[in-house]
Amino acid sequence: MIIVYVDHDRGEIDPLAFQVVSAARTIDNDVQAVVVGPNAEKCADELGNFGVRTVHHGTHERIADYTPLANARAVLNVMDQVAPRAVLAAGTPRGSEVLAHIAAIRDLPLVTECSAIELTGPDSAEVTRARWGGNLLERSKVTSTVLLATVQAHAFAATEDPGAAQIEAFEVPVTDADLVVGIVDRTGAQATGVGLAEAKVVVSGGRGMDGPEAFAMLEELADILGGAVGCSRVVTSAGWRPHAEQVGQTGTKVAPELYLAFGISGATQHIAGCKSAKTLIAVNTDAQAPIMTHADYAVVDNLHTLLPALIEKARAAKGA
Amino acid sequence: MEICVCIKRYPSLGSAIVLTEDGMAIDTDKLGFTLSPHEECAVEAAVQLKEEHGGTVTLVTLGPEGVEEQIREQFAIGADRAIWIHSDSTDVDPQAAAAAIADAIEADGTPFDLILLGSESADNANAQTGVRLAHRLGRPVATAVKGMAIADGTATVERAVGTMREVYTVPLPAVVTVKDGLNIPRYPSVPGRIKARKKPIEEVPANLADPRIELMGLTAPIRESKGAQDLGAGDEAADALVDVMKQIGVLS
Repeated sequence: MIIVYVDHDRGEIDPLAFQVVSAARTIDNDVQAVVVGPNAEKCADELGNFGVRTVHHGTHERIADYTPLANARAVLNVMDQVAPRAVLAAGTPRGSEVLAHIAAIRDLPLVTECSAIELTGPDSAEVTRARWGGNLLERSKVTSTVLLATVQAHAFAATEDPGAAQIEAFEVPVTDADLVVGIVDRTGAQATGVGLAEAKVVVSGGRGMDGPEAFAMLEELADILGGAVGCSRVVTSAGWRPHAEQVGQTGTKVAPELYLAFGISGATQHIAGCKSAKTLIAVNTDAQAPIMTHADYAVVDNLHTLLPALIEKARAAKGA
Repeated sequence: MEICVCIKRYPSLGSAIVLTEDGMAIDTDKLGFTLSPHEECAVEAAVQLKEEHGGTVTLVTLGPEGVEEQIREQFAIGADRAIWIHSDSTDVDPQAAAAAIADAIEADGTPFDLILLGSESADNANAQTGVRLAHRLGRPVATAVKGMAIADGTATVERAVGTMREVYTVPLPAVVTVKDGLNIPRYPSVPGRIKARKKPIEEVPANLADPRIELMGLTAPIRESKGAQDLGAGDEAADALVDVMKQIGVLS
């Protein structure tokens, strides 16, 4: 039996949870979920569609919103009752930290960002996991009677198996210390433009932009294409663009239909963020730049002279 | 304020990864070394807090010969002292690493108000050392933050979720793991580099527990060139790009 920690934000289930329960079902048919906090009831219906038949719903009058350590206590409470062979969660900041708390409290190993999980014995498992933002794959053996693992986003497809999930409600045993760190507020507006992570087109600039000014042209092109502006780490380090636009291992990972890379050399850490693009076009003065080996189409030219012509022609084509 | 920052030495990968013959490590013979962006931001945050509140910044690192280079680099930014837990490799089981770091911090005895780490290492990305360290030391922890302010003995931190930010408060002393984008790390100054030569590094041996996660092998997915189609240059290229965009359906 496998437990999946399912995260939700004020009742909105994390869609990656469906991939995680589907991954769990490839290992064991009996997959049970743990959800914590108010408004989580409706998660049960959605989880039922993906083969979960039991949802353990933990609440406490003092848990009003996401509280990492209290959520870990909830999962521990269920673990003690049902003795699972594995506990999985999505490889998100929340999924990782809840499982890290469990791992720390029980002194268990935790493997993160797994793209393959195989239980090989009563206390052994073999996993494939991502290193270097997915540029390197690690194969490891984990020794533990309870495997704790986070699942890499999009490594497993969400597969439906419709049915009803029964809710088992319980009170989470929490102490004051478990409630010390939790969400107290949310800031920032919902995106008005196109979000980088979901954009169908990403128009990205690197060192070759030579400064913040030329990004006005990328904004214009992104606007015509209904896309978002991205950039490499060199650009954010120089303060030319905000970090929120950085594509790469320590920035945002994107998977657009089209990725346009202007003046980006293509370091491994940048490729980690854009390799899922369906089509990659690289514009660079250096025909030998590493980005060219990842590109479907290459333009060896100066972006500063190319962009005005491209913007004009793209706008004309859109109007036509 | 007494601040501790945990840092790690990584190879600078450039554009391709070459593995050792046994496939158990990256061949670093021809590579330079660096910190990760997360950790550079952690050190910058610590130095800014020291400038605002006074105190000292202590670096803690677990690694083999050579890590002194990364320590001195961060001394030049403004860190004051370092504890080097001397191990054979930086590829250490996360449970064992967290325990070794906790032991070193306890043995050192400095009453750190704040312990900063990167949210995950650039190489192994186990994303758990900070939380394990917090439990070992009996402190609260917040992870993967991109905003942090300290006032009245409390850290108010922000975690980015899409375009929104979740706000958490954490009473000090605490452990906080940070992400790239927290700040823009400064470059070392020449006087900073000169001072860095004389700042103290204390070496302690690593007593590492047996790993519970055992590496069986690494593979670097082979990246053969996609054989990019050359679209020429100038107006010709601009026309060809518009055609491609129409063809794949992003321009209509």
